[in-house]
This record gives sequence, structure tokens and C-alpha cells, in this order.
Amino acid sequence: MSNAATFDTRTDSAIPVESPLAYSYRRSGAPAAGPESRVTLRERALLGQLVLRGGAIVLDEAVREVLGLGLPGEPQGLVQDERGERSIQWLSPDEWLVIVPGGEEFELETRLRERLGDAHYAISDVSGGQTLLELEGEAARELLMKTVIYDVHPSHFPVGRGVTTVFAKATAIVRRPSEERWELVVRRSFADYCYRWLLDAGEEYAIGVVR
Amino acid sequence: MFYIYCPYCGEHREEEEFHPKGQAHIERPKDPEACSDEAWGDYLFFRDNPRGVHHELWVHAVGCRKFFNVTRHTVTYEILETYKMGEQPSITADAQGQPREAVAASRQEGVRA
Ligand SMILES: [Zn+2]
Repeated sequence: MSNAATFDTRTDSAIPVESPLAYSYRRSGAPAAGPESRVTLRERALLGQLVLRGGAIVLDEAVREVLGLGLPGEPQGLVQDERGERSIQWLSPDEWLVIVPGGEEFELETRLRERLGDAHYAISDVSGGQTLLELEGEAARELLMKTVIYDVHPSHFPVGRGVTTVFAKATAIVRRPSEERWELVVRRSFADYCYRWLLDAGEEYAIGVVR
Repeated sequence: MFYIYCPYCGEHREEEEFHPKGQAHIERPKDPEACSDEAWGDYLFFRDNPRGVHHELWVHAVGCRKFFNVTRHTVTYEILETYKMGEQPSITADAQGQPREAVAASRQEGVRA
């Protein structure tokens, strides 16, 4: 076990927590999804998110053992477990984003630290700093084409890919976990802006928000 | 659309994701206490401003956030290659590695200047 100081950010469940979009729902509303909606938006709030940094070989062994999931082998790679609840995404040659169901992150961090011992690595709990938005529907890709500078055509952006890129002049992670679903990981401080951008850009597709 | 190849992401990415960071391959004097004022001043303040092939440091600021090197032609703006930190350029200013029309152009310009 390393001597890094760690703490569980969710020790006291009596403290009410709000998703980064709580303010946006109050201020901008949330149009309901209907039969005419060609794209829907859903926030997967308060997931556990860890950033792992270090050498690929050492980290790969550790996450395989602790999480049962290996690091993606290629740049821009995204791997997930069978149920799609836990995922690991390549961010840079020595950096990966791990997303797990909310509440699992501290135990995962602790077990990784035990497993990694004195290896040269860093784990940061970024759960409070960003949130995950899902886009679904036939117009999801069209909406992204208006929004990100990265080419999201299926021939260039197959399932199992994730990139950090410019999102409507802000920064976001865009990922494609399955054929019909796109995911955005946005910073908490950008969340309201990104939400309002998506409502505005999605208006022509009768965008609906699933809550 | 203008694409730059990031050697760490392994693909071409939109220019908007990158920032230039000045001249590449600048080495800090090994022993600053012992080096002359001139050498230290060169290291801190003086940069090359060539007409032609130039090696620059860029960062993939929105993306992998890694620094890397770019060999760029300052007359044509053409990016001749990109390579990782710690590597050496394969294209340098001597005429061998330089595109022929660029050599001719820089000579002409040189006369006029
Ligand atoms: Zn990159």
C-alpha cells in the first residue's frame, strides 16, 4: 500500500447531493421526449470516475485483476464490461479514464492502490468534476456534427472509440459505447453551457430530456 | 479544415485542438551556475527565426495534451513532419531534405530582402 492520503468523498449520505445539471433543469427546463423526438438526452449523474496515470503495462495488470477489464490497447480506445456499466477509456499515452457505478469508486481506488504498491502511478477521483450525458436516437450523430470538430461519421468513429475534442468551443469527451448511443463527458463547470447548447442545437430534432 | 498529425494520438486532428509553443530542441544549460551570461541569455531570450525549415514545439491542447515536435516550412507554412518528444527530426534545413521549390523560393526571397 502506498502512503498517499486518500479519502472517501461519499462518507456521509445525509448530505444531499445534486447532479451538475440540477441547476440547469430548474433554469432552462427539460423538454419531455415524445414520439416526434429524433434524439433524446439523458444524464447519468454521479457516476464514479477515476483518472489513472502511469505505465500501461503496470496499470493494465492491476485493472485486469481488480476490475476484470484490461486497458484499451489503442489510442482513442474505449472498452467496457458486458453490461456496459464499467468502462476504461484511453485519454493519452499514460492516462486513462475509468467510469464505474456511483459509490464504487473509493473501493476501486483503494484496491488499485493496494495492488499497485510502490509502482510509479497516480489515481485521481474526478467524480465530482465531470458528468456523463447520453445521446440516443437517429439524429444524435447529426446533432454532434453541428457541435464537435471531430469527424463522427461511422467510418471514422466506430463503436469502441472515445476522443477528447472541442465541443461548441468548450472541451468534452465524446465516446461511442454502442451503435445507437453516444456519450459525452463534460466538466461540471461546462455542464450548464453544454446542456443549453444541446437543447438549442437539438430543437430542430425535437430533442427530449429523459430524467 | 486544416489537420495536424499528432504522433501520440496516431491520427490527424483539427488544427483548433493544437497550440504552437515556440522553437523546439532548446536545451537548458547543464550547470546554470557555471555558464556564461551570454550562454544563459541565449538560452533564455534568443530564438531562431529562419526563412525555411523550422523545428517547433506544439501541444495537442484539446486532446491528449502531449507536447510534440513539428518541422514546418516558414515560407510555405507546410508541415513537413511531426515527431515525438526526445526524437530527432528526419528533415532538416540542409537542402537535401528540403522540397526543391521551397529552396528556390527562399533564394529568390533572400535576394529581394
Ligand atoms: Zn494527441
